[in-house]
Amino acid sequence: MSMLAEPIVSNPKAPLSRLNPVTKLAMAMLITLPLLVAGDIVTPSIVLGAELLAVAAFGVRWRVFVRRLWLVFLMTGSVFVTSLLLTDQRGGTVLFDLGIIVVTTQSILVSATIAVRLLAIALPGVLAFASTDPTEFADALVQHLRTSPRFTFGALAAFRLLPVLADEWRTLVMARRARGIEAGRSPIRRIRLLSSAVFTLLVCAIRRGIRLATAMESRGFTATATRTLARPQPLRPADGLAILATVALVAGATTVSIALGTWRVILW
Amino acid sequence: MRIRARGWRFRYAGRSEWAVRDLDLDIEPGERVLLAGPSGAGKSTLLTAIAGLLDPDQAGETAGSLTVGGEPPAAVRHRIGLVFQDPETQLVMARCGDDVAFGLENLGVPTDVIWPRVDAALELTGFPYGRDHPTGRLSGGEKQRLVLSGVMALDPDLLLLDEPTANLDPEGAALVREAVDRALAATGAGLLVVDHRVDDWLPLVNRVIVLDQGGSLLADGEPTQIYQSYADALQAAGVWLPGSSGPVRRASKPAGPTVLFAEDLTYTYPGHTDRPPAVSDIRLELQANQALAITGPNGSGKSTLALLLAGLLPPTSGRVDVTNVPDIGSADTPAARLSRRRRPLHRLPARQLVRMIGTVFQDPEHQFLTQRVYDELALGPRVMGRSPDEVSRIVDELLQRLHLSHLADANPFTLSGGEKRRLSVATALATGPAILLLDEPTFGQDLRTWLELIELLAELRDAGHAIGFVSHDPQFVAALADRTVELKAGRLVA
Repeated sequence: MSMLAEPIVSNPKAPLSRLNPVTKLAMAMLITLPLLVAGDIVTPSIVLGAELLAVAAFGVRWRVFVRRLWLVFLMTGSVFVTSLLLTDQRGGTVLFDLGIIVVTTQSILVSATIAVRLLAIALPGVLAFASTDPTEFADALVQHLRTSPRFTFGALAAFRLLPVLADEWRTLVMARRARGIEAGRSPIRRIRLLSSAVFTLLVCAIRRGIRLATAMESRGFTATATRTLARPQPLRPADGLAILATVALVAGATTVSIALGTWRVILW
Repeated sequence: MRIRARGWRFRYAGRSEWAVRDLDLDIEPGERVLLAGPSGAGKSTLLTAIAGLLDPDQAGETAGSLTVGGEPPAAVRHRIGLVFQDPETQLVMARCGDDVAFGLENLGVPTDVIWPRVDAALELTGFPYGRDHPTGRLSGGEKQRLVLSGVMALDPDLLLLDEPTANLDPEGAALVREAVDRALAATGAGLLVVDHRVDDWLPLVNRVIVLDQGGSLLADGEPTQIYQSYADALQAAGVWLPGSSGPVRRASKPAGPTVLFAEDLTYTYPGHTDRPPAVSDIRLELQANQALAITGPNGSGKSTLALLLAGLLPPTSGRVDVTNVPDIGSADTPAARLSRRRRPLHRLPARQLVRMIGTVFQDPEHQFLTQRVYDELALGPRVMGRSPDEVSRIVDELLQRLHLSHLADANPFTLSGGEKRRLSVATALATGPAILLLDEPTFGQDLRTWLELIELLAELRDAGHAIGFVSHDPQFVAALADRTVELKAGRLVA
């Protein structure tokens, strides 16, 4: 969770970070869709290269970026290794052969394609969310995508209760120990104990939820149909430019790949 | 806005008793009223109804009439501000300014008017931080002041407060009352506050209304007059009286041997290694026949210390040990004693721990594990391996001693606040521990339960128990403690 909790963005005033949250969401979608279709290595490589260049424009420092996202890189690396070991595409020149492990130029290409695609698809989402304040995200969703304020701000408020719930869970487990009830080494007792504690936690969570809902209601949350926004999230020319640039990027990458004759549709 | 009730009564769905009955009441615009009464007198019900949040079709059954400003309360809800007890469940946003703006957005206030009104509301309550301060970093008292700012930003004609300071330490509570006073003085809004602690609110109110146990009007009038002419009736009904300090119970025997001691106790929350420890370098002893009070402001580490002493939380460094505990039950062989000595308290199996230490949590519901009061009390002795005869003997004795016999078959979660508190103490006693640790035992209790607790704990102390309790209730500490230690930022200061 520390990856989500602590800021990756060191400079929230960086040009791409300041884009409307909805724009960032659209950019991530625009990048994801063609990459889900493309099965070659050229298209995602070009896109990934552009994304890595954009990291700085999001106000993210490289060192922080690598440290915070090591888990993503580790996952990509292990996907690469796994597919290298398991792929049935063993054409091309054999690079080395250890009996069960055979590495060929084709198997490396196939595995690299998978890894690069994964990274190129994951990165925009990570950057979009890391550079967006949850409150502004909710504002933008309500303003531009016309999501229901009741649901959007309700979810935002509920999100704030999560740490409270985590504290409550620790208290429940300790309160059980104080009553002489403890799982010890027995896995069956552990499950029974866990399920009873989860039930109590659920009851507590519902009570808290009701209290929060009442407090929100008492401040007129569901009162009027004409809710205003304290923090309007305007769409600026920069947002349009960013969308255009994203379209140009994926179109360009695909065109290059087609011109090189490498482009193909992936079948899984 | 005038509040007017004529023969108003309300009954929650599924209950046979009326929560509030036959209420005739007129509260003039701008009046400042304290609504008092014992637990379960229907104070909160009345407040919720006046706030227009009690939906008579869904929540229960209503009779008579209740109007605010001549209209049904729900119709004028936007002119009524409401602050509840729990600071954690009233803030919506992550930044202070956004939270104050939330209500203004809901009411459709134009964007360019919102921020001046937010600033004015923060100014009005003397809130010490700016718009961008994160709400997660506020103390309980600061959160309540922010909630108040959010309510005052809507410019209400009537402010309703439901025990707004019950969760706070005395300093935090005083600041909240100060903020309320400032806000009312500046706006001329009316006030209706529900609170057990009458003393604290008397300077702010000019009228007191008292409900009795059955939800009927017991007294209504100017504060000093009410408390003079109804003193006995109010005390009998479990209502706090101004200046009532209650009995003082000192230990009847000299302190016995040390039974629990902590050495160089330090605790740092996992993942908080960059911050100062929650509790540091505590040396502390608990003696038989003695009651030790642990006091200090909110967030000073009192509850953490109690959990460490109870062997429920593993200390980061230092240790807690139990000594000279006479009866530890069947496992008290020399070998068992030796193995206990080698293990720190937090590593002991729970079954052994509860023979030595009984812990009572702040919220009794966290401790309840069964569907019947009887089973709740039998649980501990059963876990210890007592025979069925012994179990029923222990349970019957506790039921009688704590006046719970008539509730033996009731569900613990349906008991009243005072009954829940008594049951939680009883469950801790069921395993016969020599040491009893309690975290804020008087939290949210009315006078009657408060007095009962003092009697009960004094009795236990004279029976040889060592008692340690965490409290920020100065009257309770004065009434019971033989020794007091104060925590500040995780360290003992006295």
